[in-house]
Amino acid sequence: MPDNGEHVAERTAPGGVDTASPEETPVFSLRDVSVSYGDHLALAGVNMDVNAREVTAFIGPSGCGKSTLLRSLNRMNDLITGARVRGELLYKGADLYAPSVDAVQVRKRIGMVFQKPNPFPKSIYDNVAFGPRTVGMKGDMDGIVEKALRGAALWDEVSDRLRDNAYSLSGGQQQRLCIARAIAVEPDVILMDEPCSALDPVSTVRVEDLMAELKERYSIVIVTHNMHQAARVAERTAFFSVQVDDAGNRIGRLIEAGETGTIFTKPTDKRTEDYISGRVG
Amino acid sequence: MVIQKGEQPQRSRLAVAGARSATESVFGAGSRADRIGNVLFRALLLLGMGFALLGMMAIIVWSFVDGMPRLDMNLITEGPSSITPETAGYRTAILGSLYVIGGVILFIVPVGVGAAIYLEEYADHTRWWNRLIEVNIQNLAAVPSIVFGILGLAFIVRGPLDLGFVAAAGSLTLSLLVLPTVILASREAIRAVPSSTRLGSLGLGATHWQTIWHHVLPGALPGIITGVILSVSRAIGEAAPLLLVGAVTFVMFDPSFFEGQFSVLPVQIYNYAGRPQEEFRVLASAGVILMLAVLLVMNSFAIWLRNHYENKNAR
Repeated sequence: MPDNGEHVAERTAPGGVDTASPEETPVFSLRDVSVSYGDHLALAGVNMDVNAREVTAFIGPSGCGKSTLLRSLNRMNDLITGARVRGELLYKGADLYAPSVDAVQVRKRIGMVFQKPNPFPKSIYDNVAFGPRTVGMKGDMDGIVEKALRGAALWDEVSDRLRDNAYSLSGGQQQRLCIARAIAVEPDVILMDEPCSALDPVSTVRVEDLMAELKERYSIVIVTHNMHQAARVAERTAFFSVQVDDAGNRIGRLIEAGETGTIFTKPTDKRTEDYISGRVG
Repeated sequence: MVIQKGEQPQRSRLAVAGARSATESVFGAGSRADRIGNVLFRALLLLGMGFALLGMMAIIVWSFVDGMPRLDMNLITEGPSSITPETAGYRTAILGSLYVIGGVILFIVPVGVGAAIYLEEYADHTRWWNRLIEVNIQNLAAVPSIVFGILGLAFIVRGPLDLGFVAAAGSLTLSLLVLPTVILASREAIRAVPSSTRLGSLGLGATHWQTIWHHVLPGALPGIITGVILSVSRAIGEAAPLLLVGAVTFVMFDPSFFEGQFSVLPVQIYNYAGRPQEEFRVLASAGVILMLAVLLVMNSFAIWLRNHYENKNAR
């Protein structure tokens, strides 16, 4: 992403939601991507595209490398000592791992929501305002905060107590606050790592509804253990599995990726079918 | 059947008692030897605590009984005097202590917290030199204070810094003495900030430094403050290293930071206590009360400050 500075400036005056169709350039193009931690190869040979303004789900059994892959999409893996990404990982045609690319700039454009709600121990307002302030967004901060909270369908619940500590919210509200926090910096992509696994069913539905709204403006990649969730929210689904090689190493592999409907009803690979029909995993 | 709270029918009371005794027969009943061992061990622990309490009470009671006659304003407002012990006080020693401790705080907060941030957030722990630094800081915390006094004399009073026998030299020496403790406490506090907070901040596109400044340090603040105040409390009571870097026992004029002689409370108390006249002994006891009061105030302030910031970060 050589054009960071420009984009930061551009995002200070949002409003022009460009009407991109899923058919245009993919947000991510992965060519033979592999990730290793030290000597251990965690994930190998991933080839796939992630389309803009769609929800893409990564599913698969534990240890198949889906979270690892998600974290490498915004270079959160850089924070783990020994983590290394090989292959070609393009974001809108630009190599995310080129030496000139600043991981901080990447994360401004590609936000992340984590498995466990992790609001900052500050007020609701400050939680949302932190991102825009650090990124250097100018303008009406109250407006930015309100817009983000409305975007995360949380405004009506918290508008009269913005100064309360974020930990006074329920788990589901906290997770929506984390989503509000992520969209406040107006990223292009939101990565979600099992965002509903710590939530009750009612909160889960709210977050899923929210994803359906958010994909109008953002590209979303979600890792989930819940296959029904993938079927409900995702346009496209990628199924990962673990392969054990001759030396006994467990390596994650992308088995197949495609339209969610196709993956769930007419999978081409036996392993996908077994997993989806509940025979394994 | 409606059962009021606190009132159980006879039947269920019996059942409860039976169930309890059955459980106790499995878990509760130890052998006679076990029970005696228990009692003995508890007695031993009580004895240990008793000794600690006794020692503390002895000091407080003794100094109050002894020093009571001199607990007056002269104690604070008057300087030392060898001619009129009945009105002499600790004025110059208190000022000296304030200068020295003020300097310590100004020095150890930025340096100690900075070192802790580097070691926790930036240092690559797989490198041998970083591990060496860590081990050395832990060892330094256990070095006797007199060694730091000699270091101060050689390098701060004389040697490269050549400050002379002034309060600033005492300040620097005590800073070096308590710095390892501040670093260790601050590291512990920084480490206790949950990594999910760091990831959340970094995931929004904040830089490493922004994450540290806005999230890690505020979260670690209560722990850091506690470490600093406990270290400062230790520094107030130190006499040995200061004697080496020039704290003199008899200062007639108010000290300043960079020039002139200085004294501190513990050194002044030591001087008074060693004099033959009865009035000076009383004065020494009153000085002990003064120091205890200062320490009590500082520690209370530390606790208040910590609670204040903990509530602010409350989850």
